[in-house]
Amino acid sequence: MTEKKTKPRGFQEWMEINIWGLLVVLALVLSVGGLVEIVPLFFMKDTLEHNRFPEIVWDRAGKDPIVAIDESGQEQWNWKPGDGVRPYTAVELAGRDVYQREGCYLCHSQMVRPFRDEKERYGHYSLASESIFDHPFQWGSKRTGPDLARLGAKYSDEWHRQHLRAPRSLVPESVMPAYPWLDEAYLSGSRLKRHMRGLRLIGVPYADADIETAPALVEGKTEMDALVSYLQVLGTMVTLDDSKVYRE
Amino acid sequence: MQASLEQKYNFEVVRWFTIMAVVYLVVGAAVGVYIASELAWPFLNFDSPYLSFGRLRPVHTNAVIFAFGGCTLMATAFYSVQRTCGVRLWSDRMARFTFWGWNLVIVLAVLTLPLGLTQSKEYAELEWPIDILIAVVWLSFTINFIMTIATRKTSHIYVSNWFFLGMMVMIVYLHVVNSLAIPVGLFKSYSIFSGVQDAMIQWWWGHNAVGFYLTAGFLGIMYYFVPKQAERPIYSYRLSVIHFWALMFGYVWLGAHHLQYTALPDWTGSLGAAVSIAMIIPSWGGAVNGMMTLSGAWDRLRTDYVLRFLIIALAFYAMSTFEGPVMSLKTVNALSHYTDWTIGHVHSGALGWVAGISIGAIYHLMTRLYYTEMYSIRLINFHFWTATIGTVIYIVAMWASGIMQGLMWRAYDEYGTLAYTFVESVDAMHPYYAMRAVGGAIFLFGTLVMLFNVLMTVRKSLVEGSLSKARALPAAV
Repeated sequence: MTEKKTKPRGFQEWMEINIWGLLVVLALVLSVGGLVEIVPLFFMKDTLEHNRFPEIVWDRAGKDPIVAIDESGQEQWNWKPGDGVRPYTAVELAGRDVYQREGCYLCHSQMVRPFRDEKERYGHYSLASESIFDHPFQWGSKRTGPDLARLGAKYSDEWHRQHLRAPRSLVPESVMPAYPWLDEAYLSGSRLKRHMRGLRLIGVPYADADIETAPALVEGKTEMDALVSYLQVLGTMVTLDDSKVYRE
Repeated sequence: MQASLEQKYNFEVVRWFTIMAVVYLVVGAAVGVYIASELAWPFLNFDSPYLSFGRLRPVHTNAVIFAFGGCTLMATAFYSVQRTCGVRLWSDRMARFTFWGWNLVIVLAVLTLPLGLTQSKEYAELEWPIDILIAVVWLSFTINFIMTIATRKTSHIYVSNWFFLGMMVMIVYLHVVNSLAIPVGLFKSYSIFSGVQDAMIQWWWGHNAVGFYLTAGFLGIMYYFVPKQAERPIYSYRLSVIHFWALMFGYVWLGAHHLQYTALPDWTGSLGAAVSIAMIIPSWGGAVNGMMTLSGAWDRLRTDYVLRFLIIALAFYAMSTFEGPVMSLKTVNALSHYTDWTIGHVHSGALGWVAGISIGAIYHLMTRLYYTEMYSIRLINFHFWTATIGTVIYIVAMWASGIMQGLMWRAYDEYGTLAYTFVESVDAMHPYYAMRAVGGAIFLFGTLVMLFNVLMTVRKSLVEGSLSKARALPAAV
């Protein structure tokens, strides 16, 4: 079968008879698109709006605990809605873990586009800076159900619980699954500490106190409580100003 | 002559991958029909965590992409690389490792995903220990393939192998970068990227899982199996070269079009869309190259059902690679994004193109690997029609529902307020979701017929003793 080796005519034929050459050229050609589109996102200041509007991000993140527990066992919040984007509290993070686990992102987006109808239906368009602490991002790709980026504070906690336990009892046309098992699972403080430490390692600014108080904060709470806390904080971290142009 | 092939080449591992591909096709399609039905009739979630849509949907996508698609790619790559290089696989042991390793990945996926162990990145849901296993197995597949080419007896590397190579290298890039995560438990990790960068990396992965795994790899299949089944050389060498390099360079850029109008900077999305439009040309070049291979032998479509599968797959390839760039345009994307239109587009690619070319290649392989004719040619024809009709019903349902969703969401009434609540759009989808489930069920029925036909062919081969005869014959014959 071996054909006589002849001198290749041109670059293409050289690659066709030289597997290592073909591989090297392929490796180079295949890397271009990704490099051009991804790498600048880490360096270009325009990518994240809080470089121009620092008030979007809570400036005390990592310095002061988001929520502390005083001597009487009461929660003392250093952050209030509208103060700016911050890492998730232990309870919210536990809720976000549940959100990921149940695959909520497969039917719900968290990314409001800058259209009139989306503004009226969901609220202000989403900013990149709003998901800087989202590892991984939860923008989603499909709206079998509505967008959740600005869900927080629109419904009561009790509405959410009932809706998660039996969606069609509140919205008869809904096709959402029910999640009754969330009421039966209790949160683990030690696991959440581990999760928060992991996130801090990759750059999420948690104060030591955020992590240390995690077990006390989640004590006695169920996955249902956690998920509702997470849903209630979505979109409430920062108050966006309609008169400002955050993004071209 | 055939007998010596059995001894010269490693067909054993190809047989295993081929049979498992058919099994996983049935499994993946069955889970798909089930979750499609959940959207039409939500009581099917049965209030059970293990059956709920959010956990089963990754089982469906992983089963069809990695189990069915992966086994098909490995079967066809291992088969065609040996045939086009005139040499046995570089390492039989490594090939066996690839088989068992890949199937272990699939078993772990089926166990962990319903338990909710997920990284929650689409098509990259599997948790970090499984990701590491995937990387090892993928490298064993890649190295074996490269070394087989390196030890080839032919002078030139055939075009199908270029495409397989492109896929292998790109999947290494994509899988490694997109799966970078910080483990916080045995089956829990967080992506090291966040927000906008994570989104771009995810869709760089997401679109190229489509562009390389499900396109370049299956074009490798096309470039080998279409000429073989048609018994004619590929239509144009020059077109192959253009198709190949344009695809390798261009496809990588497309991921950004999944993020139009999001918080991703505008330049990235526009760049993605511009390259997407340009990709129509090489994609259609490839489709034409495959179809025109039949030039002068079109009559064979009347009698050769395997060829029918291969050619209808190319028709679907041409259609989806036109539809995709159109959907990447900002004005169209504003309507189509977040709707079922995307799901329809994916399935015209997945059912029409990927499954079609795979099924054709598998029927072709069966006769070569078992040294006998298919158990039933008529059942292949029956499968062809169920697959085609099922796919068409599916995508028509999704076009209708997707465009309707998009229009309902942005509709205003005469007073300038939104005409529909969100849930009214959900309600309006019901007939289309039911129709989609029916289309899927028809497709699933076809895959069951295929499994039956394939297993009966194996049985026929055992009864005739054709495989053992092929093994026993002296190599010199």
